[in-house]
Order: sequence, then structure tokens, then C-alpha cells
Amino acid sequence: MRKRKSILETSVLYTLIAIVLGFVIGAIFLVVAGISPAAAYGKLIDGVFGKPKFMVWTLVYASPLIFTGMSVAFSLRTGVFNIGAEGQFVVGSLAACAIGILVDLPAVIHVPLCLAAAAAAGFIWSYLVGLLKVKRGIHEVLSYIMFNWIAFYLSNYAVNTAVLHKEGNGEATKDVLDSARLLFPQGILKALNCTGANWGFILAVAAAVLMWVIIEKTTLGYRLKAVGYNKEAATFGGINADQSILTALGISGALAGIGGAVQILGMAGRISQFAGQEGYGFEGITVALIGGSSPLGCIFSGIFYGAMKYGGAKLTMVGAPEEVIDIIMGCVIIFIAISSVFKGLLMKVVKKK
Amino acid sequence: MNGMISNLGLLINATLVATPPLLLAALGSCFSERSGVINLGIEGMMTIGAFTGAAMGLVAGNGWIAFLCGGLAGAAMAVIHAIVCIQFHADQTIAGTAINFIGPGLALFLAKAIYGSSDTPPLDISDKLPKMFEGWFPSGSFLGNVLNVYSVAYLVFVFAFIAWFVFYKTKFGTHLRAVGEHPEACESLGINVYLVRYICVILSGFMAGLGGAFVTVATINQFRPSVIVGQGFIAIAAVIFGKFSPEGAAKACLLFGFCSGVKSIISMSNVVSPNLISMIPYIVTIIALILFVGKAHTPAANGKPFVKSK
Repeated sequence: MRKRKSILETSVLYTLIAIVLGFVIGAIFLVVAGISPAAAYGKLIDGVFGKPKFMVWTLVYASPLIFTGMSVAFSLRTGVFNIGAEGQFVVGSLAACAIGILVDLPAVIHVPLCLAAAAAAGFIWSYLVGLLKVKRGIHEVLSYIMFNWIAFYLSNYAVNTAVLHKEGNGEATKDVLDSARLLFPQGILKALNCTGANWGFILAVAAAVLMWVIIEKTTLGYRLKAVGYNKEAATFGGINADQSILTALGISGALAGIGGAVQILGMAGRISQFAGQEGYGFEGITVALIGGSSPLGCIFSGIFYGAMKYGGAKLTMVGAPEEVIDIIMGCVIIFIAISSVFKGLLMKVVKKK
Repeated sequence: MNGMISNLGLLINATLVATPPLLLAALGSCFSERSGVINLGIEGMMTIGAFTGAAMGLVAGNGWIAFLCGGLAGAAMAVIHAIVCIQFHADQTIAGTAINFIGPGLALFLAKAIYGSSDTPPLDISDKLPKMFEGWFPSGSFLGNVLNVYSVAYLVFVFAFIAWFVFYKTKFGTHLRAVGEHPEACESLGINVYLVRYICVILSGFMAGLGGAFVTVATINQFRPSVIVGQGFIAIAAVIFGKFSPEGAAKACLLFGFCSGVKSIISMSNVVSPNLISMIPYIVTIIALILFVGKAHTPAANGKPFVKSK
């Protein structure tokens, strides 16, 4: 019989502790700035749960984050850190946007084509970094940083090209055709009272289940995990470590790319010129960490982050800078990173009793 | 002909303006990385340094004090990183990611809380860092163009030399390099691994903070959300590109600074899309890595928490 794990052994407990502590630190900053934490957090909660349509919006905000979170989580399973989800997200959204504008097809074909193009773009963007790592020994963090910026400027360049640029609008592309949009049918949009409600969240959940199956139930997943645990041992056991890393990074990139497509086809409908990096990829790192690097965990952490982003944007209404969300999320990550310390403390307390 | 020479002067000038923030951050990062602690939080440390520099410039009315305070703010961020990574053996990449949320978040939070806007009010020229050769040469002349730079830009190259000297010519330098390769052996020789790493990480934050403050107290005159955007990551890239050595990082930063200079000169002429030109440094880096640099030797203990033996 399997021995029951003590509650003190579960990582979910420490994630929750980290989240609570993150909010405590955020409250301290709010107090110092002369803002009532009760008012700010009250607004945050009301901004997410106050109306059914707020909750739908939260899921809309969460969908791309679940994808970038899964992207990072998937790479971490193989022991490589995909800090380039940001760039893969951008090339994915660019590919989806271009196909969405330039190709005219019935929706049944158009949407999958856009998603496939985005996945391919993200796959390639990440796979190249993998090749540089495997073939030339180039540090993946370095190449990912470079590829993030190349994607950034590529997108800004594309936004201003004649084929994609919207006349008389200095900052953005044309809108993608209606046949490429991921939006729910008009009737459902009206019923939900949310103009942005889309299939993104359902896609994200489906992708998470698929990823879970791949990681836990297939030999591919077994190989990837083996390389992540111990590369030398895996190689000795007959696993081609280089090939596994390439596969993992490619899939990881494809996930981030689809995240970009979901953002464009679901929510934005067009790409605007960037002033700074959008941050979906970096936020994905947080989602992956809070979600314990598991695809199913990423659904919950993605919703959490989506809620923080969507509700956080309303904090200005009570005079609180929305950046308090970044402070809270940063602290949550730190507290998750040192959860072994809390574990030690709790164990001691329990033993004394 | 004269126009061309004067343009060359502008190009060198643009390089001298773009390089210092990167180089300051990269030099600090060399210390941290070589002592065995990955500092991915440079970006966050630079941003908080940039804000603190701008804010202290308004308060103190002195560019040098503001610059120094920017460094201290970066160091304060680095203290968090150091405690979490060294004392508590946390994953260093994750801790750095957290710093990159907290630093910019805190900077914007404070800007909005104090000034009611994400931009700080602009500094007067007299409150900024001084220009050393101001008025020595006629404006528009070659030397006038080249030397139209804030004094710190020259100081940065002195710093690069000092960093090189400390790395290779002092006992501390030997210790820090050894600690990043084989901490267990160092401990058995009586070197305090934790102390060396604490010094290196905090120094790294201090330098990153200085780099950020350079942008707001010298290059421009205020803090804005977009002042740092990615320079911290570029500095990290320069360190890896320069094989984790101060001299290598300095060369890489000059390359990035030069590319950025070329970009600002060419984008004035409006012939090629500035976005395409902006890609060049990153593409050049990748090509250079493929062709010349090859495998960088990462310090063996980089990223691995060290647990003291009892």
C-alpha cells in the first residue's frame, strides 16, 4: 500500500504559503505608499469575481499565459530553461496574424492553419536555439536572449510593411479576417456579455491534457524526463540526449507560438508596434514555477496570473499603481524558490509538538 | 570629407554613449558568474538603479550622488538575490527571474506613488553628471563630436581595467575564480566560499545599478518605463559572449555599443528600416558565436548552490 504523504510534503502547500506571503509584502508596499491594502485587494477581488463577465475576461487573459507557462514547464522537464518563450510567442503571433490577414479561407480551415503556422514558427524559433546548443555548444540562455530581440524587431518591422500595415494607422497591422478569429459565436458573446470571449481557454486545457499524456504516458516523455534528471545516465542508458533536447525545445517553442496565436486570434485581432517586450514569455516562467512545472498545474497558475493581470489593471481606480502586481508575483517566485526553508521550519515545529 | 569625419565623430560618440550602461552591468556580472552565482536579475537591478538615480538627482541636485545611489539601490536588490541563492540554496535562475519582476515593478510603483506618473520629472543639466571636455573643442568638429560625452563614460573603461586587475592580479581574484570552479576544494583550503560569493553578487548589483543610473542621470534626464528595456539581458549576453572574463565582456559591450551607435546614425537617414538595423547586433552575435567563439567554458560550479560542510 502506498504510504500517505504528510501534508507537509506537498509542494502545493508551500506554493500557497508563497502566494500569501507575496500578498503580505505587497500590502506592506501599499501601506508605505499610503494606500489601504484592504481597498486595493478588495478592488482586485471585485475586479475578478464581481461580475460573471469579469471571470470570463480573466480566462481570456489567462489563455496565452497557460500556453507560455506550459512552454517553459515543458522545457524545464528536460532540464533546459526556455527563457526564449517571449520570442517564440512573438513569432507565433506574427505568423498567425500574417496568415489571418493575407489568406482568405473558410473558418474551419483558416483557424487551424493560423494555429499551425504559429506552432511551426515557435517550433523553428526554439529548435534553432537547440541546434546552436547541441551542435556548437552555445549557451541557450545567450541564444534565447538574442532570438527574443530578433523576434521583437522582426515583428515591429512586419507591422510597418505595406502588406500588413493598416493605412492611416501608424501603430498597428490590419485586423485579421473574421474567418481567422477564435471568438465564440455572436450569440454566446452576447450571453456572456464579453466581447473577447474565445476558444483560447478550451484550447489551452486541451493542450495541457495532451502535454500531460505526452510527459507521463509516452516513451517520448520518459526519454525527455530521463535526460532532465541525469543527462549522463540517460545517455548511458541508450537515450540520444541531444535529440531529446531538440525535441523538447521544439515542442516548447510550438506551445509558446500557439500562445501568441491565441492572443492575436482571440483577443487582440491585430499586432501593434511594441515599445518594450510584452512579457508573455517572462510571465510564462512565473506560471510554470507556480504550477510546479506540470501542464495541469499551469492551468491553475495561468488562471491565477490572468486574474492578477486583469484585476490588477483596475487597481488604478483606487489610486494604487498596478505594478504592485509585479512586486507580489516576484515575491511569490522568491518564496517558492526558498520553499525548502519553510519546509524545514514547519517540520521542526511539528516535531516539537 | 569634413562631413564624413564629423559623422565618424558622431558614430564614436554614439558608441561611447551606448556602451557604459552595458559595460558597467557586464563587469559586475562577471564577478557574480565567475564566483558561481548566475545573476539573471541584472535587468531588474539596472531598472531600480535607473529610477533611484533619477529620483536622487531631483533630491540631491548632484549627479555623482545620484549615480552612487543608483548603484546602492542595485546592490540592495542584489542582497536579496544573494541571501536567497547563497544562504538558502535557491535555484539561481528562478531567483533572478523574480528580481526582474520586482525591480521594474518597484521602480514604476515608486514613480507613480511619489510623482504620480511613470516618468520622473526631468533633471536640470546642472543636476546631471558633468561632461568632462565640455567647451574644449568647437561643437561639430571631430573631437567636439567624439568627446561630447559624460565623464563616467571614460571612467567606465578605467573600471574595466580595475576589474581585469582584480580578477587576475589579486588574491581575491584568484579566490573568486576558484570558488566558481570548485567550492569544496576552496573550503578545505580555508576560503570562505559564502563570503566571496556575497561580495561578488552584491558588487554585481551595485555595478548594474550604476549602469542603470548612467542612463537616467547622464544619457537622458529622467526615469521612464522604457529606459532599460533589455539592456540587462544584453549585458548578460555580453558576459557569456566574452567567456565570463572582464576583458571579453568589455569587447562584447563595445561591439554592442558600436552596433547601437551605427543604428542611431543610420536611422537618422531613414534609408533602411530602423527595425531591421536594430536586429544586426543580435544576428552578428549569433554568427560570431557560430564562427569564432565556440564553446564558452562556463564556470564549473555556476548555478550550483554550495552547502557548507558542517
